[in-house]
Amino acid sequence: MSEAHQIDGHHGHDAHGHHEPTFLEKYIFPLDHKYIGMQYMLTGMVMALFGGFFAYSFRMQLAFPGISVPGFGIVSPTEYNALVTNHGSVMIFWVAMPVLIAAFGNFLIPLMIGADDMVFPKLNRLSYQVFLLSCIVLGISWIVPGGGFGGAWTSYPPLSANGDYSMTPLGSSLWLTAVALEFAAFLIGGINFITTAMNSRAPGMKAKDVPMTVWMICIASIMFMASVGPLIAGAIMLLFDQQLGTGFFDWKRGSDPVLWQHLFWFFGHPEVYVVLLPATGFVAEIITVFARKKLFGYQTILYTAIGTGALSFFVWAHHQFVAGIDPRMANIFTITTVLISIPIAEMMFLYIATLYGGSIRFQTPMLWALGFIFEFLIGGVTGIFLGASGADIYFHDTYFVVAHFHYTFFPIAFIGTFAAATYWFPKMFGRMMNETLGRIHFWGTIIPVNFIFIPLFITGAAGQHRRIYNYNHFPDVSTPDLQTLNIVATVSLVILLCFQTVFLFNFFWSMWRGPKAPANPWKANTLEWQAPSPPPHGNFPPDNMPVVYRGPYEYSVPGREDDYWPQNQPN
Amino acid sequence: MIESLVQPGSTFAPDIDFVINLVGGLVFFWGGLTVAMFFWLLWRYRYREGVKALYVTGNEPELKRWINIPHYLIILCDLAIIGFAVQTWYKVKQDIPPVDDEIRVVGQQWAWTFQHTGPDGKMGTDDDIKTADVLHVEVDKTYQFTLESRDVLHSFSVPIFRLKQDVIPGREIQGWFHPTVAGAFDIQCAEMCGIGHGIMAARIIVETPEQHAAWLAGAK
Repeated sequence: MSEAHQIDGHHGHDAHGHHEPTFLEKYIFPLDHKYIGMQYMLTGMVMALFGGFFAYSFRMQLAFPGISVPGFGIVSPTEYNALVTNHGSVMIFWVAMPVLIAAFGNFLIPLMIGADDMVFPKLNRLSYQVFLLSCIVLGISWIVPGGGFGGAWTSYPPLSANGDYSMTPLGSSLWLTAVALEFAAFLIGGINFITTAMNSRAPGMKAKDVPMTVWMICIASIMFMASVGPLIAGAIMLLFDQQLGTGFFDWKRGSDPVLWQHLFWFFGHPEVYVVLLPATGFVAEIITVFARKKLFGYQTILYTAIGTGALSFFVWAHHQFVAGIDPRMANIFTITTVLISIPIAEMMFLYIATLYGGSIRFQTPMLWALGFIFEFLIGGVTGIFLGASGADIYFHDTYFVVAHFHYTFFPIAFIGTFAAATYWFPKMFGRMMNETLGRIHFWGTIIPVNFIFIPLFITGAAGQHRRIYNYNHFPDVSTPDLQTLNIVATVSLVILLCFQTVFLFNFFWSMWRGPKAPANPWKANTLEWQAPSPPPHGNFPPDNMPVVYRGPYEYSVPGREDDYWPQNQPN
Repeated sequence: MIESLVQPGSTFAPDIDFVINLVGGLVFFWGGLTVAMFFWLLWRYRYREGVKALYVTGNEPELKRWINIPHYLIILCDLAIIGFAVQTWYKVKQDIPPVDDEIRVVGQQWAWTFQHTGPDGKMGTDDDIKTADVLHVEVDKTYQFTLESRDVLHSFSVPIFRLKQDVIPGREIQGWFHPTVAGAFDIQCAEMCGIGHGIMAARIIVETPEQHAAWLAGAK
């Protein structure tokens, strides 16, 4: 372990330790994991603005069909499809992935394991640059002739494979290229995360002393590496079908379009857990700190995460029950899908059990962490309706599905991010965020989000299908009652979006004007809080790198005066 | 739950509704219990001056019981859900009963066309009746349908029947339904199929035997 430190220390300081880094070296082409993390975070925030704007535009069309949407104009069916498609793609691939895994993974892994940087800083920089390129390619795909790709984020052929069907020959190829680039970026980043966590841990930090966040990001990175290969291959095959006229997914040339669905969902379902696990890691840190409690069953939580991750590779075809697969296959995938509720329910129970006997303080990060548990529970249990094949025949591709996965993805991508951002902000920028604004933002987000998606459960159960531009053509589902529910959802979305300005203001104002943060404002145990706020280049004093004596969650240990016990404190 | 929003209009609709209600009941019970426990713990163990948190590792048998026992019960509920889901799935998708009549459904960007067997009751003969966007069937008869696509993926969805099946170019996919309620209902396309996906609507007219006979006579 100490050897690993020396190697780390060597590259970190050799790279640009001898001179003061220029602005370009520090902020534009950084090698420091903290700045790469912030690049990912800011890029993800910009992409979230696009994703949110797309959602606003198509929700306005659904609530008030045919109106000229303020800021967008009249939404044509082509534009509607492109908005829906790119909202989904952006929020998952360009917001959840970069922010949850890349931004926090980069910032936190070296700090939490007591290292001075990543093992491969140049690979790390390359990862961000490829990611940025993917953002640019995606942005170009929105403005080329024909418009952005509109074949849904799942991009099923033959619609996606042929410009004559999709009518966006350029948009669909650029979209696909952007997706493939984005995957490559995270593959590079993930290798770095796993290697760093395995090799650069502080002396004394055994597997059971690693904070849950680091574990979760590593498990997620391993899952991503194991699942993304087939999809990158599939994406290139689909690109060939689009541009070179090959027939990988063309039934006229001996293939079957359903093949793509298997490749996509073999990646697509593990992907849900790839973004879920880091968020559950953040929640573990936050609930222990703010309840002043040891994590209830550290090892069991770890096993549930590994179990969920492993099982998630065997559930993909539940997206395809009615897609024309052999109907007997649905039975197997129903069993695996319902069984995946066992480890994930256990994990949520253990998180709730952690609250038992605590001394719970409801500061902003804790509110978000608790909000995550509550909202994700709703998302989890509504998934059982869809995993049970018999019930899924009815719910498949209705708004019930949309509401369900937003109840999983919204807690993951936004509630999880806000929890982490408000919790680690003092460490990132050396300043505190405003607590009152934090609470206003919390309630202004958590209340509207339920009023967006609960109505959509009902419209879906009433038979409204997804990705429909205008329900007027379907007499049974264009009733005034259902329209009212759609208006409630849209108005709630607008309210939710307005409240995000509170967060943006709080974030950027506090970055420069917030009160100075001490090194350990929350009295937490993990190593990142033992470094200065913000940590300097190299994170810890080179002659005083941390040594670990105990696990990360030793709060309220009997017989001690303090209710926390930092991992690197000898006694 | 669903039946109050959309009436069940086929023989297997009540089976699907039963699975939905079963899952709904179990989810409501366990989810409600979990949420109640969650809020109770938040209230009971809120910060109070001078009260220190307990030191609990999660390995104490008397505490683990509180998680393990509900968890085992939930696994039993999972098994029940799997059992009923698979049974219903088998009935709807795997086991085609003896049929009274046939229809062919063709999806293409962005319309449905239907081929009825006509007066002779046989598919592929001269008296077949082809219609666009309106499907005529008779109540209380078992129909076998064959789905085809001319271009991209579509999905043949009839919410009142609780029926949904994707349509795949290059294949003929078969299934069945048995309407139990007369009336006119929506057919929707449930799979993104391009710019006109939102207008790919059709109606299914479920007719009484007299109405159906009148339609057959009129269509010829």
